[in-house]
Amino acid sequence: MSRAFLPSLVLGAALLLVFPLCLLAGQVWIDPFHATGPNALVILAQLRLPRAVLAVVVGAGLGASGAAMQGYLRNPLADPGLFGVAPLAALGAVLSLFFGFAAQPYLLPTMALAGAAGGMVLLAVIASGPRAGLAGGVALFTLTGMMLSSLAGALTSLAISVAPNPFALTEIVTWLMGALADRSWHDVAIAAPLTLAGLAVLWRAGPSLDALTLGELAARSLGLEPGRLRLLMVLGVGLVVGAGVSAAGIIGFVGLMVPHFVRPFTDRRPSSLLLPSALAGALLLLLADTVCRLLPLAGGELRLGIALSLLGAPFFLHLLLRLRRGLS
Amino acid sequence: MELIADALTVVGRLRSVGAGLAPGHVTMICGPNGAGKSTLLSALAGLTVPDGGQVRLGENRLADISGRERAMAIGYLPQAGDVAWNVTVETLVRLGRLPHRTSDRVDAAATVAALTALDLVPLATREVGTLSGGERARALLARVLAGQPRWILADEPLAALDLAHQQALLAHLHRLAGQGVGVVVVVHDLALAMNHADHVVVLDRGSVAAAGAPHVALAEDVVARVWGVKASWVGDGRSQALAIG
Repeated sequence: MSRAFLPSLVLGAALLLVFPLCLLAGQVWIDPFHATGPNALVILAQLRLPRAVLAVVVGAGLGASGAAMQGYLRNPLADPGLFGVAPLAALGAVLSLFFGFAAQPYLLPTMALAGAAGGMVLLAVIASGPRAGLAGGVALFTLTGMMLSSLAGALTSLAISVAPNPFALTEIVTWLMGALADRSWHDVAIAAPLTLAGLAVLWRAGPSLDALTLGELAARSLGLEPGRLRLLMVLGVGLVVGAGVSAAGIIGFVGLMVPHFVRPFTDRRPSSLLLPSALAGALLLLLADTVCRLLPLAGGELRLGIALSLLGAPFFLHLLLRLRRGLS
Repeated sequence: MELIADALTVVGRLRSVGAGLAPGHVTMICGPNGAGKSTLLSALAGLTVPDGGQVRLGENRLADISGRERAMAIGYLPQAGDVAWNVTVETLVRLGRLPHRTSDRVDAAATVAALTALDLVPLATREVGTLSGGERARALLARVLAGQPRWILADEPLAALDLAHQQALLAHLHRLAGQGVGVVVVVHDLALAMNHADHVVVLDRGSVAAAGAPHVALAEDVVARVWGVKASWVGDGRSQALAIG
């Protein structure tokens, strides 16, 4: 049993080590061994600490939900984005920027969460026909997610094209790129509890995901209830992704990549991937965000969402090529 | 505790199929392609909800038993044994413990017992992706054994096995039956059923065409009627083969 927790222990220790170091790094480097002025304290407590906590929270959610999705769809190329919850959450946020609501700190996340909740309800209603088998259910689910994604994408584009003023336009476009810059404790207060709730839900899905390793029929013979698992997945992934998007915008590829890094160090059961994937996702996002903050870039900093896509797209291609070799 | 199919009807698959299966026996289900063998097996396992009739496990209707209790009583091995992740044989076999929620030690002991029973101990740390077809079939069956069910329902577990492993597996199924476990197996090979079954159910186009001891249920006239093949059994009392024509 101790061996099963080894990857989580190592990743947890690494996270504890990296976290304070990331707090010190930035445009203003903070020297922990010398007397620091009040400025440094403000930077730490009001700027870097909430940002780092948010990176950990969002990264953990994306990592764990990626592991859960791959287990649920029995496919190593699956990603939490497949449910279409993220684009709907983004649509909610975009609408709040469109109407200029963003002045209030709580409105943008609230509307993003409303978008995510709407997506979850639609998914649950459309994809849970009575007596729908799991296999049919999964296909229906993924297709419903795709439909919701493209609908949300179209509406987002519409909002951009008829934006009332250039400020709203810039705000929307910038926000959509996904970032953790200038986030406050308000964002942490919204995202952290929802992500934790989502992670708890996904944790409960663990044994059912393990059973699915054997295929739907064998899994059902082991007592898996497809309807219950579907509900857990919609709720868990929806909460985690909705909270993540409301805090950081759309950040892709974390949920896809992280389980792959972690899998070889576990016994490969989906449930043993959940905790280490959460920790590795947190670590990845924390490091990536720190690197973004440090990279010298004219006109601001590299957006986290862009950085991870630049990292993730080649990784996805590499995976595809490896899978193709495995098949042939 | 008997497993009873009572006038089971699944639209398009089974028509009022009745069968009473006794524990402690090896029952083999035979029939041409599309006769409804797999449907009957999955209905007996509670995985296909019948449109008419019912399955009873002892006194209880299978539909009234909770999923977890059913999972502990009936082990089911599906035909397509795909494994999604490249887990080790030991991890795979241990998945059979999922419904039990017993302690780590109990699970480990049941896993080792299942691995031992199917000669898989030397392969325990091998990854499933590196196994041969026969080894993989044994590992999947060991997963069912690890759950220590009172009934084992297996859909063509012998198809991928070579002769030696077929015989070993059959011997093991009989040993389990000797311990009071009910064993129900779908097989295509009629000679195998003739020589190794305690009880045979022959399905034809969704109905029971014959049932009983192998030499009754698989008599030459049944084979001619159901499979449309003129054949005769040849051999001594211990082992028989089907001579076509």
